[in-house]
Amino acid sequence: MGAGCGRRVVVLTYSRQELFAHHGNSSLAYGTQNEMDGECLGKKKKGGTSLNSTDTETATQTPVLQVRNVSKRFGGVKALNNVSLEVHRGEIKGLVGDNGAGKSTLIKIIAGVYPPDGGEVLINGEPVHFSSPRDARKYGIETVYQNLALSENLDVPSNFFLGRELVVGGLLKPLKLMRLGEMQKRARQAIEDLHVKIPAITSQVRWMSGGQRQAVAVARSAFWKGQLLLLDEPTAALGVEESGEVMRLLKNLATEQKISMIVISHNLEHVWSLCDSIDVLRQGKKVASVRKDETTPEEVVGFITGAHAVAGSK
Amino acid sequence: MNKSVNNVKPEKSLTQSFFILWDRVGILLVFLVVCLIFGILTPRFFHPLNIINVIRQVSIIGVIAVGMTFVILLGLIDLSVGSIVAFTGMIAAALQVKWGGGLFLSITIPLLVGTGIGFFNGYVSTKGNIHPFIVTLGTMSIFRGATLLVAQGRPISGMNPEFRYIGGGMVGAIPFPVILFIGSVIFAGWILKRTVFGRYTYSIGGNPEAALLSGIQVDSHKVKCFCILGFLGGLSGLILTSRLNSAEMLAGSGYELDVIGAVIIGGTSLFGGEGGVYGTLVGALLMGSVTNGLNLLGVQPYWQMIVRGSILIAALLMDRLKRRFLEQ
Repeated sequence: MGAGCGRRVVVLTYSRQELFAHHGNSSLAYGTQNEMDGECLGKKKKGGTSLNSTDTETATQTPVLQVRNVSKRFGGVKALNNVSLEVHRGEIKGLVGDNGAGKSTLIKIIAGVYPPDGGEVLINGEPVHFSSPRDARKYGIETVYQNLALSENLDVPSNFFLGRELVVGGLLKPLKLMRLGEMQKRARQAIEDLHVKIPAITSQVRWMSGGQRQAVAVARSAFWKGQLLLLDEPTAALGVEESGEVMRLLKNLATEQKISMIVISHNLEHVWSLCDSIDVLRQGKKVASVRKDETTPEEVVGFITGAHAVAGSK
Repeated sequence: MNKSVNNVKPEKSLTQSFFILWDRVGILLVFLVVCLIFGILTPRFFHPLNIINVIRQVSIIGVIAVGMTFVILLGLIDLSVGSIVAFTGMIAAALQVKWGGGLFLSITIPLLVGTGIGFFNGYVSTKGNIHPFIVTLGTMSIFRGATLLVAQGRPISGMNPEFRYIGGGMVGAIPFPVILFIGSVIFAGWILKRTVFGRYTYSIGGNPEAALLSGIQVDSHKVKCFCILGFLGGLSGLILTSRLNSAEMLAGSGYELDVIGAVIIGGTSLFGGEGGVYGTLVGALLMGSVTNGLNLLGVQPYWQMIVRGSILIAALLMDRLKRRFLEQ
């Protein structure tokens, strides 16, 4: 076990230098490298248990999400071709691939935006058919979209509760009168629980930075106790510090609340620091499914570009 | 709340603060200044009878502008309101004078017809995926034609005495149509602020995609807002026909400009998601006061058209500027 992790450290160190060699940003590389090493050491201490528990969970528990042989075409374009995928409880899965590989399409099928042309989606082993995002939410699937899906002109509580506002019950129920104070109270509590730093909760989202918006979107998903969180490029629009904040938030949600996640990202560095396993799509097909500690960024890049022969996928 | 300090958030710039402030009180100030100027130029402007006259005229436009606020908040537009007023007003008159309908029918049927036209506008533009600008340009022509068909070449006059109360009645010192107008403003303001319906209206106008992804039934909500506008257009038609004691063939022509003008001047953004119905109240009052003041000063109606159009364009430019600075 110890030797295994040691090897991993070496590999990561190497890969990190490789990655940053292209960027020519050595100072940043060292900083991140140290951070990564520390992380791996931390994992080594607890690694045994966490790995074992994941293994037993795999054996005994049905996955939170199973996607089986899903296909989708848009006109003449085959966006997805027989794609299968599994996500376990508390697992963070990276979904990578070149532009147009079908990542966003897959996410949107799971989120209920598009119905699949073929194949099926199972939540906790139960086949589901979503006709709208609303259906998917009932099964605890929450999505943070690339364009954030927040209404800029509304404040944080309004965005938190958008589409599922708290209303006054009893005789007044048909009026759908909102409980504004209660919604504000709960949203504030959630923001504070997750240690999200934003300006006044009642200010329009318009006045927040990209990172703050992303944090609000993630906090909203966590607030609704999603069991599966779908994130489309959660860090693409963010600076280094903000990305770190959002990733910290995501990791906490995965470890503390056992929320599973699928993260689409073009940033392999972020994928590496965040995810437990990585699936690679290429031209609508899944070409690889690997555990992070059994692969290297070079190998993953090889899968993405098609330089590597199909391996690891079954 | 304690978190609001330790932050890297971009500060609002001076211009942004100005536009936020302008949103709150700007148009109210302009309105007061305009009133003051007219008051100085012509003393009759502040005469109680003239004030009652102005708000009575404003309420005809204002009632529709309340409905138009919903549609513009969605980022949409409706050009057919003038024809809705004419057609519903003509139906109300024909029911009483030609077709022998009672008071009840001659009130409810025009309101239903107005709602139906609104439904048609909304349904065709959402299901057909056509911008309502075009659809309502079509219905504008359709229902002007339908009005002329019903009228058969001459206005219909001579309403029931009870019916005439809608446009001409007084509750104490306040004209009944003004009560209808203020009532619809307060009701709409309450809907927009306190109900889920209002929240969805802002949400769709602000970010339609986010609204859709949040599970909001965007299309059906749009149709509902067009129905509200159609209904209030019908109400306006009733008020106008009742007040004139006659349904004119060209009633309501050009209303779209005054109505959209009142909404935009009131600070509701043509791009959707920003504004509210109390701004519309002030906007409608401003448009009405300008018309009235120019009348009192004896300015030719031709000039008035030029002035009203210019005000609309100025308000649009202001809206555009506001957006640019707010989105920086």
